[in-house]
Amino acid sequence: MSQTQTRISEIVQGNDVVLFMKGTPLFPQCGFSSKAVAILERLGVEFASVDVLQDMEIRAGIKDFSQWPTIPQLYVKGEFVGGSDIMMEMFEAGELEQLVAEKGVARAG
Amino acid sequence: MAMAAEDIAALIRAALPDAQVTITDLAGDGDHYAAHVVSAAFAGQSRIMQHKAVYAALGGRMGGALHALQLTTAVPNS
Repeated sequence: MSQTQTRISEIVQGNDVVLFMKGTPLFPQCGFSSKAVAILERLGVEFASVDVLQDMEIRAGIKDFSQWPTIPQLYVKGEFVGGSDIMMEMFEAGELEQLVAEKGVARAG
Repeated sequence: MAMAAEDIAALIRAALPDAQVTITDLAGDGDHYAAHVVSAAFAGQSRIMQHKAVYAALGGRMGGALHALQLTTAVPNS
């Protein structure tokens, strides 16, 4: 595993909920990332975020890590969940809430 | 580096011949699309696998020539 893949793995394993995105939750730099943040905020979970625009190695490496071609990417308890389209489909179906409940993810205070 | 809607649909149908593909040009600029793909091939697959099958059909254009493609997938109603 390359150094970048190891770094990504540590981030994914080290955070219950982590969103790899363009920009930050306060200042998303892409509509899809903005949508992903809005879904997580509506869901009311605490989440970490990684701004891939600040780290070109992660920006390229995350696509290999998940075999998924686009950003944002959501991981819950070390597992790749999907991008913003899948997040929206799951949110609307109540599946995202179910997932975080099943995984025992902390709710945002 | 935009793509025409017909080209996107043709690539998807080439990989998933039974697929019903609906493409919407969201911004009217030939660069921001929504695609809805319905195929029996998705039966029993997770959403991630369904989306990956469509991305594979697009042969690496996703995230490149295709900047913005909102994707939804479904299995046909029986």
